[in-house]
Amino acid sequence: MNARKILQPFYRKEYAKAIAKKIHKLAKELKQTGLDEIKIMHVCGTHEHTITYYGIRYQLPEMINLIAGPGCPVCVVPAREIDEAIKLSEDGIEILTYGDMYKVPGTSKSLAKAKTEGAKVGIVYGFLDAINIALKNPNNKYVFFAVGFETTAPTVASHVVKGTIPENLSLLVSYRITVPIVKYVFARKKHNLKGVIAPGHVSAITGSLAWKFIEEKHGIPVVVAGFEPLDVLYAIYKILESLKKGTPQLINEYSRVVKPEGNLIAKRYIAEAFDTVDGAWRGIGIIPKSAWILKDKFRQLDARKVYDIKIPKSVDTRPGCLCAEVVLGEAIPTDCPLFMTACTPENPYGPCMVSSEGTCSIWARYGGREPLKK
Amino acid sequence: MKYEKIFLAHGTGGRETEELIKNLIIPGFTIKNVPNGVGLTQLDDSGAIPVGDSEYIITSIDSYTVDPIFFPGGNIGTLAASGSINDVAVMGAKPIAVMDSIVVEEGFPIQDLKRIIASMNEVFEYEHVAVLGGDFKVMPKGKLDKIIITTNVIGTINKNRKPILDSGIKPSDKIIISGTIAEHGATILALQSGIEALSEGLMSDCQPITKAMEVAMNTTTVHAAKDPTRGGLAQALNEFAEKSNLMIKIYEEEIPIREEVKALVEMLGVDPLFLASEGRVILAVSEEDAEKTVKQLRKNGFPEAAIIGEAVAEKPGFVVIETLSGGLRVINRPFGEIVPRIC
Repeated sequence: MNARKILQPFYRKEYAKAIAKKIHKLAKELKQTGLDEIKIMHVCGTHEHTITYYGIRYQLPEMINLIAGPGCPVCVVPAREIDEAIKLSEDGIEILTYGDMYKVPGTSKSLAKAKTEGAKVGIVYGFLDAINIALKNPNNKYVFFAVGFETTAPTVASHVVKGTIPENLSLLVSYRITVPIVKYVFARKKHNLKGVIAPGHVSAITGSLAWKFIEEKHGIPVVVAGFEPLDVLYAIYKILESLKKGTPQLINEYSRVVKPEGNLIAKRYIAEAFDTVDGAWRGIGIIPKSAWILKDKFRQLDARKVYDIKIPKSVDTRPGCLCAEVVLGEAIPTDCPLFMTACTPENPYGPCMVSSEGTCSIWARYGGREPLKK
Repeated sequence: MKYEKIFLAHGTGGRETEELIKNLIIPGFTIKNVPNGVGLTQLDDSGAIPVGDSEYIITSIDSYTVDPIFFPGGNIGTLAASGSINDVAVMGAKPIAVMDSIVVEEGFPIQDLKRIIASMNEVFEYEHVAVLGGDFKVMPKGKLDKIIITTNVIGTINKNRKPILDSGIKPSDKIIISGTIAEHGATILALQSGIEALSEGLMSDCQPITKAMEVAMNTTTVHAAKDPTRGGLAQALNEFAEKSNLMIKIYEEEIPIREEVKALVEMLGVDPLFLASEGRVILAVSEEDAEKTVKQLRKNGFPEAAIIGEAVAEKPGFVVIETLSGGLRVINRPFGEIVPRIC
């Protein structure tokens, strides 16, 4: 309960205002050099939460366009893989998963809906909960729906490698990797990005050096940032400063957590448990080398190999939903005609409105700057 | 109506509750007011009936259902007694009498009922509110979750005063809160999440707000008052903004909130502005009298009373907050199941 006290300085309004002032000054100077827009992308749902919750867009000069990129792991799990989980749960195998995943619709329904129709679904806070549930009920069969980015994969990988997963628990693995999707965002050339705020938690695993390609290949600054409002403001300031100097740099602002090389133990477990393969991203398509699957030697843990899961053709995107565009930062929630009309937190239509890390859900809950512009 | 069935979210006091009331309940009744009174259409905290030349009878009814029924700081009885007293008090009335209705599930322990009645009595005795009568019923086991208590409190407004309505706020008015926020909501949320509320230093703030109202009314003309219960500060301020047709701007750093509550909401990812208080009142008073009112409140038993914001003429209907980082955010009405069954 003392964590808040430690973080107190990160909420100091006078610091935040001072940095915001510096940002305004630098932006003005950059404008004089002929720059009209500074588009900065972040790639983490928690960053979007901080930015929207603290109204940071409102604090920035008009010319800074802060956009949310692919930062919601639950939003990008293809409908097909959710359908697989639903099928298993309807066949009497209990699916254990995170609360966010529970509510995301597959082709026609979510695990939550399937549960109301009698399917077996349980919510867990982490993989350890799943192991404990399986150990306590040795006669039941469980499947852990393993979704997430680099942050959640190492825990599961360590148990896979150490052989500590009970026999009645297998894994439906749907992990996705952030670096390849950010590379894909650049390859699409839809954005004229002037800077990137790299995800703090993911970088704790991958290391800050994972983002070096942004500086080297694309010639723009990238700042690994933490999640308090001051972290984000400081990251923006450093990006502007780097632009001003004309020397793009990789900066690790979150050095209290992130090392250049990352968490080597976690990376080793991942490498030992999983193969890196091409992966489907919901509504986006196949991204090379962007997913992890269990290595063949762990096939006895792979729910797709243990059970014969037959599902009809799946559909990722419901008509009119702009979730894929929102995930790629090519649309903002208010661009979508369904946002807060046919798609609301009470009655979500697309995955970005479901997960607490989804941009649409965050904007729906916390309004953001858009309503104040009208 | 966009729903075919009632969901739990319809009962949390947020957006869905309001939709249901506006679309189904209000149009469902024909006579909604007595001449010159306050009635269903105004959706204020209580109804008002003018008696004689310039006196009013104020009346409010609420059903209380909370899980768990006993919690640090009180129980369902404290809640049922204080809650309806508060709805009458925020209209500027003095509560004088109550009628109650208690429905319990078959098998409910007599000892628990005794404790609940004692808690209700403690509040009524302290507030000099007479229990005129009531109703008691039992439902078969499994047909009700333990107990529901309904209370109807009646109060009076003396000559030369009018009921205080949410619509009474004026531009440049200051918004004052009588104490720290979200304590009842946080306590119940902790208990429902399997967290030992008491050992985490959490306790419901459940209590009558009559004293705070009295202090404020003796100091200044209160333009509007409300107890931020279900839906918390977010819901109460949105009602202020909508009914007064003004924008309410508040400052995050000015909102009194205990560290224990902050720690809990951060851990659970819940917005404290959405969590209920059951013993706090928010007041709108003139700019000139605001400091004086806070000073009087602090002197008279409300040490955490604070000015948290103001009413502004631009952007009517909006509630915005200047955040801890100096940014600005719109505060929407809460929606969905924030905390099921807290009051």
